[in-house]
Amino acid sequence: MSGVRADYVRPLDIKHGRVDLSHGAGGRAMAQLVEQLFAAAFHNEWLAQRNDQALLPRPEGRIVMSTDCHVVSPLFFPGGDIGCLSVHGTINDVAMAGARPLYLAAGFILEEGFALADLKRIVDSMAGAACEAGVPIVTGDTKVVEAGKGDGVFITTTGVGVVPSGITISGDRARPGDRIVLSGTVGDHGMAVMSQRESLAFGTDLRSDTAALHGLVAAMIDAVPEVRVLRDPTRGGLATTLNEIAAQSGVGMVIEEAAVPVQRQVQAACEFLGLDPLYVANEGKLVAIVPADRAERLLQTMRAHPLGRQAAPIGEVIEDAHHFVQMRTRFGGKRNVDWLAGDQLPRIC
Amino acid sequence: MCLAIPVRVVELSSASMAVVDLDGIRKEISLALVDGVQVGDYVIMHVGYALARLDREEAERTLALFAAVPAGGA
Amino acid sequence: MKYIDEFRDGRLAGQLAAAIAAEVDPGRSYNLMEFCGGHTHAISRYGVADLLPPVVRMVHGPGCPVCVLPIGRVDLGVALALEHRVVLCTYGDCLRVPASNGLSLLKAKARGGDVRMVYSPADALKVAQAEPGREVVFFAIGFETTTPPTALVIQQAARLGLKNFSVVCNHVLTPAAITNILESPEVRRLGTLPLDGFIGPAHVSTIIGSRPYEFFAEEYRKPVVIAGFEPLDVMQAILMLVRQINEGRAEVENEFTRAVTRDGNLKAQALVSEVFELRRSFEWRGLGVVPYSALRIREAYRAFDAESRFGLQAKTVADNKACECGAILRGVKHPRDCKVFGTVCTPENPIGSCMVSSEGACAAYYSYGRFREIPVVAV
Repeated sequence: MSGVRADYVRPLDIKHGRVDLSHGAGGRAMAQLVEQLFAAAFHNEWLAQRNDQALLPRPEGRIVMSTDCHVVSPLFFPGGDIGCLSVHGTINDVAMAGARPLYLAAGFILEEGFALADLKRIVDSMAGAACEAGVPIVTGDTKVVEAGKGDGVFITTTGVGVVPSGITISGDRARPGDRIVLSGTVGDHGMAVMSQRESLAFGTDLRSDTAALHGLVAAMIDAVPEVRVLRDPTRGGLATTLNEIAAQSGVGMVIEEAAVPVQRQVQAACEFLGLDPLYVANEGKLVAIVPADRAERLLQTMRAHPLGRQAAPIGEVIEDAHHFVQMRTRFGGKRNVDWLAGDQLPRIC
Repeated sequence: MCLAIPVRVVELSSASMAVVDLDGIRKEISLALVDGVQVGDYVIMHVGYALARLDREEAERTLALFAAVPAGGA
Repeated sequence: MKYIDEFRDGRLAGQLAAAIAAEVDPGRSYNLMEFCGGHTHAISRYGVADLLPPVVRMVHGPGCPVCVLPIGRVDLGVALALEHRVVLCTYGDCLRVPASNGLSLLKAKARGGDVRMVYSPADALKVAQAEPGREVVFFAIGFETTTPPTALVIQQAARLGLKNFSVVCNHVLTPAAITNILESPEVRRLGTLPLDGFIGPAHVSTIIGSRPYEFFAEEYRKPVVIAGFEPLDVMQAILMLVRQINEGRAEVENEFTRAVTRDGNLKAQALVSEVFELRRSFEWRGLGVVPYSALRIREAYRAFDAESRFGLQAKTVADNKACECGAILRGVKHPRDCKVFGTVCTPENPIGSCMVSSEGACAAYYSYGRFREIPVVAV
């Protein structure tokens, strides 16, 4: 008589196993992957139902939806990984409308051969981020592509949330006279990731600033519902975000270089590679544009929150038919802070 | 045209390599172009190579020159 | 950052600005060329022009090795990647330079070329050692600052007996370019050079020293002040040039004494002459053919010369007829004077050499200085 239980199913070999094409085929292998890896980590009432969709109660208020695709390389970097990044990124996009994020969906494209141990690390990180943020991942999907056709893993997250009544936050609402406020130091994420890139690698204890900002946003709009614009300066950095808003709102901006907080190590890393911190990605910061008479109150509120301790006023919105973002340099002269022409590349000249 | 920055030598890692530091950022670079570099020296670094030792006395002298400029001219 | 931040002090900038304003003769103009792209970048990036009196006009020179790299040379890199299927290692600066047929090194990568960005030539050598089955080529660019590192890796490759490593040498020389400017057709036509003085390159001078500029000062009676890269260095150099011009002097002065001596880095110079020799002539984008202005790999190291290994011949590719880079690089025209500036020709879609790199005269002006021409209701 065999000592094996009748209902024994060989568990996923997370330690040594690798993703193979059967995991995306829709059969038992895939069900096992979903059950033992994803659902086990994200566990909540919706995933427990084992449906292909989540049935959700109707939320009160205007609905906000956002989606983000994540292809970061390397997958693991100081301060985070593609998992928590994908959770924070979408939560933040929803929050930038002034909305309270309610639910997330996550889609995974896995490359054949990807180590299950790494996948588990990423999924656990996502689960931790979602749990900490109080935003459950209620539905998802997985597909597997052949070896060589993916970068390990690509993740797409979609989020929905609700905007409280009386709040209208949009990129086209900046007006001359408004103040521009930044929640903290810029360039941390981009330089932390760059420090891991082969050939460019440098020794540092810089960490990504990846974080969910919805708590900070909730505190901000509660104290100052007059906030006009919120945006998180991700790819392309602060400079790109300001130019986007200026164009959307049909205004110009003037900022003070000395007022933009930059960590010393970030500044040094940028000097090394010939990069400008204004164009380096951030994953845990936001820009707020607010009427001048409410700026002080907003700053106080932000500085009282752990993610806004170094919040600083960096400039103001002006009339300008050309929608320029200008900057008074630390040195005294002025210059344009222009759009990026493609990704900023390290230079030797 | 040539992005080069002054960095501090914190460690001599081999006959011609050194670890340098700039405000907490560290990199290992080559000293093959400059002789007699010691820990604590500052060098001008370009594409992973030290080009010259920075003369700290001259640096201070230059800074003093800027500060000595009379605001209203000679 | 020590020895960096102190040289960016805005308070001292104000003092220097006042000194320059006090010493200029308001009845004449001072046309000063900063030869080096790094100085162009510093001036634009810090808005130094705002701190200078209107009689001081900064003219941007051709000291940008990416800008003066002819299209035909970039085509060599593209061909190596796409046709010869090598691993092409390049500095980030070259990746987006437009080449022929709508390509660039970055676009070649998108088409399956194995193009890899490196920070240092040593990294290219490491790739060759790590992948002995592949041909690895380093696309070398730069003025005299960047040449010694290339010389070192070629020597190292020889010592290691590497069979799969070679270099495309596009290294160019500063004094030859300065001569070209001083001898430009406009000089012959106008009978006078529209330039009163030069700000000499910072890091090139750490290698070649201040001695090579003495010839220009003497022969052409123009003052040269070698300046460091930080904005205070530039302003101090401008002050020193203004004084020389006012006093009728034409000397070589060194503002960057913390890194530049009269002799320069003799060890690096010896190394370079061991590995490289002068090309009789070389085409510079924007300046045309300039004699004895560039380097090629010596016979002794020919095994590491990608041009001979792969039988490469660079073709001359003409620039767009509307492009005014030639005149702009010589300081005779301003980017504004170019018909295609800012419209057809932008940093996203560069037509000519001055727009190609962020420190080219047109790119720097476009990215950092456009607001000057267009009246804005400023705060």
